[in-house]
Amino acid sequence: MESRIVSICRRYADDRTRLMDILLEVQRELRGIEPAAMELIARQLGITRVEVEGVVSFYAFFSRRTKGEIIIRVCDDIIDRHAGGREIAKVFVEELGLAIGTTSADGRFSLEITPFLGMSDQAPSAMVNETILTRLTVQKVRLVCARLREGTEPRDLVVHTGDGNNSHPLIRAEVNNNIRLAGEVLLCPVPANAGLRSALQRRPQELLAELEESGLTGRGGAGFPTGKKWRAAADTAATRRFIICNADEGEPGTFKDRVLLTERADLMIEGMTIAAYTVGSDAGIIYLRGEYSYLRPYLESVLQARREHGVLGKNIGGKQGFDFDIRIQLGAGAYICGEESALISSCEGLRGEPKNRPPFPVESGYLGFPTVVDNVETYCCAARIMEQGGAWFGSFGTDRSSGTKLFSVSGDCARPGVYELPFGITVRDLLDRVDAPDAAAVQVGGPSGEMINMSQFERRLCLEDLPTGGSVMVFSQRRNILEIVDHFLEFFVEESCGYCTPCRVGNVFLKKRIEKVRKGLCELEDLAYLKELGKTIAVTSRCGLGHTSPNPVLSTIRNFPLVYAVLLKEHGDGVQASFDIQAALEESRRLAKRRSMIYDPNYDEA
Amino acid sequence: MNKPFKFEIDGIEIEAQRGQSIMQAADEAGVYIPRLCDTEGLEPQGSCRVCVVKQNGRAVSACTQPAIEGAKVENETEEILGYRRDLVRMLYHEGNHLCPICEASGRCELQAMGYRLGITQATKYPYLQPARPVDASHPDIVLDTNRCILCGRCIRASRDIDKKHVFEYVGRGINKRVGVNGNKLAETDVKLNDRAIDLATCPVGCIIQKGRGFFAPIGERQFDKKPITLGVGPGKNRGKS
Ligand SMILES: Cc1cc2nc3c(=O)[nH]c(=O)nc-3n(C[C@H](O)[C@H](O)[C@H](O)COP(=O)(O)O)c2cc1C
Ligand code: SF4
Ligand code: SF4
Ligand code: SF4
Ligand code: FES
Repeated sequence: MESRIVSICRRYADDRTRLMDILLEVQRELRGIEPAAMELIARQLGITRVEVEGVVSFYAFFSRRTKGEIIIRVCDDIIDRHAGGREIAKVFVEELGLAIGTTSADGRFSLEITPFLGMSDQAPSAMVNETILTRLTVQKVRLVCARLREGTEPRDLVVHTGDGNNSHPLIRAEVNNNIRLAGEVLLCPVPANAGLRSALQRRPQELLAELEESGLTGRGGAGFPTGKKWRAAADTAATRRFIICNADEGEPGTFKDRVLLTERADLMIEGMTIAAYTVGSDAGIIYLRGEYSYLRPYLESVLQARREHGVLGKNIGGKQGFDFDIRIQLGAGAYICGEESALISSCEGLRGEPKNRPPFPVESGYLGFPTVVDNVETYCCAARIMEQGGAWFGSFGTDRSSGTKLFSVSGDCARPGVYELPFGITVRDLLDRVDAPDAAAVQVGGPSGEMINMSQFERRLCLEDLPTGGSVMVFSQRRNILEIVDHFLEFFVEESCGYCTPCRVGNVFLKKRIEKVRKGLCELEDLAYLKELGKTIAVTSRCGLGHTSPNPVLSTIRNFPLVYAVLLKEHGDGVQASFDIQAALEESRRLAKRRSMIYDPNYDEA
Repeated sequence: MNKPFKFEIDGIEIEAQRGQSIMQAADEAGVYIPRLCDTEGLEPQGSCRVCVVKQNGRAVSACTQPAIEGAKVENETEEILGYRRDLVRMLYHEGNHLCPICEASGRCELQAMGYRLGITQATKYPYLQPARPVDASHPDIVLDTNRCILCGRCIRASRDIDKKHVFEYVGRGINKRVGVNGNKLAETDVKLNDRAIDLATCPVGCIIQKGRGFFAPIGERQFDKKPITLGVGPGKNRGKS
């Protein structure tokens, strides 16, 4: 073990900032990062073991105990759950004779659930090592398990590869693109490197002006004007600058970046290269979520081909002195790493915690240098803008939200998938296209966004009204709104980095109270409690996760008041609704055993 | 460039230097902003959020937010006091806090903050009741993280002042806790006279010096006599009571 770990560390020059890569390799080779391994890594990098442990314990895909040769992760987002994900997980449990969260005695298999794989348009899904399986059925799972037991390699489980590049020899995934509507900017056929060629003929200042004229705003959710961001990075005096592409796509219900990475990788890298030229950067990083590691060999090949064609690397496009290269940083299962400053922490080999701001990444980002972090789709748009002009781009969309947008639609509709439409279309228009006549509620912008009711379907998808990074989840009348709310809170409790008090602790309290509401044990006063607690979390949290995590509760209280009204009991009879004798007894039993709901992993089984 | 400038906290004019946080400027002007994770001599961390203020209407942590010229900062409004109470309650309920039997009672900043904010009774939140083993392996030091408020002061003191990095956060979310560099404290190179172990470092009763327990009788400790505020607060005059 020692020589393997030492050689992995050496490959990264014993560089502490490359700890993520070192841990990813150790995890893959040794199937776990046990204390002895952490000790060795620490010694090699000249840090303490607890620093290594701090990072290992932060990411869901790292483990301090040795995992099975084959790790099966069943996706548990709400869409997968509605599509039968729980039953799928049960079949895996039966077939492998393994409880969720455990490893078989022979060290062959580990079974886990994971919050979101990015496949809600082809749910239910699971990940077997790096191989993605979609549209799972009971029969399919039984077959998969039988083949795995026979010794089939996970990647050989793929029988039918998906459309487009999903069938590329370096991808070979059974994932489908599900491009339902190609618009005029991104999913239409695009010429190779036309934007880059045009950009290299102009001065960076002109490119900034072009970008500002286009009105392009960030596609990752926050909607910050991209031109302003690039300008700030360009204007910060520095010896180096970095360009980072945010391909973490962790917001449940979003999968449009998956499609762009598969079908528009060149355009995205072209956009990053243009950014590098514009702000003056020589190095970039693509932060690819661990769940999409199946795309990594392909993306590496695209980078390599671009180097060979002179559009990446040295003297790009024949321009003397314009050097820019890109590395891929794989993530390891942490939604918070999609937040730009947490993403930078992760690239630096740290716990994926957001940084204090100011300074903002454009002033002091990766390794302290000015850094532009943009979403996959944003870079793709930037490349098209340089080719076709800012005015052309601005002709799509609304005043403040220009261009087209990719919407990832999933849930109770006949045609889930990716739709490229101009910003500003109404929810109803989108619902018609996805064929969702039964839609009763729509979650716009993922769990951190807003849940709207039928009377609000005329609202428009754009920054002025309903902003979204692309996630649109459709729910029919059959769905239980509070189950969805509870599930979203579970997601936030699971994914909070724990840095600040309100998000770490407050979300647990929010979830507990919603559980109580669901059981019919709450009174009207509990609504006030939920609103007040939600407000404290939203106002006092340190980053976007905590600012938005109470949204599932707050937006449903606003838009679905009746759902709460039927469950909240009035006083009247003098008996407190929240007093449930069974639960009270249960509680003292638990207390006597000193067990704790949050801290005791086997609490449910007790 | 480096001319001092002015801003307001609750209507009081404060002078600040460029680059100063709201907290630093307020401290120098003698205006107290409540805090738990921030303490003198350590990099501000911005994690407890108890120092939340509104700067021109936007909620920020005073310990990390730079002061802005001409800004209006709200510190002790009803709204902000409400947030602070919620935050302090969250910390109480996240850990196990039985003050009457706690070694830190009377010199504990969490308890003092509770008093200052008028939290004297059991509150509306559920208790999470951690049950982590107490680490008494070290000859001089006991570590009981069941009362930990994750302020990170021990981590920063050990990393930045002692240059040992004995403590670090482990886990994430509600399972985040303070870990030590080894299987237990006795395996680390931590020493009683480290800054991380100084009584002024841990604001609550997690890091206990063996043989020094209950060194000042309850009733005669720091916050028994004076409420937590500037000069009596974090890191100042601590351990001398
Ligand atoms: C909790 C959280 C998760 C996020 N996840 C993502 C993500 O997966 N992808 C993304 O592009 N932006 C994500 N963001 C937004 C980023 O912080 C950042 O705004 C974005 O990458 C900037 O790029 P853009 O301006 O091109 O959108 C997330 C933000 C938060 C607060
Ligand atoms: S809001 Fe949540 S995710 Fe963000 S820093 Fe605080 S604990 Fe971490
Ligand atoms: S740490 Fe402070 S608040 Fe907690 S029990 Fe001790 S004295 Fe009370
Ligand atoms: S042990 Fe004490 S100093 Fe360390 S993080 Fe916990 S409360 Fe803070
Ligand atoms: S004192 Fe500022 S966040 Fe803790």
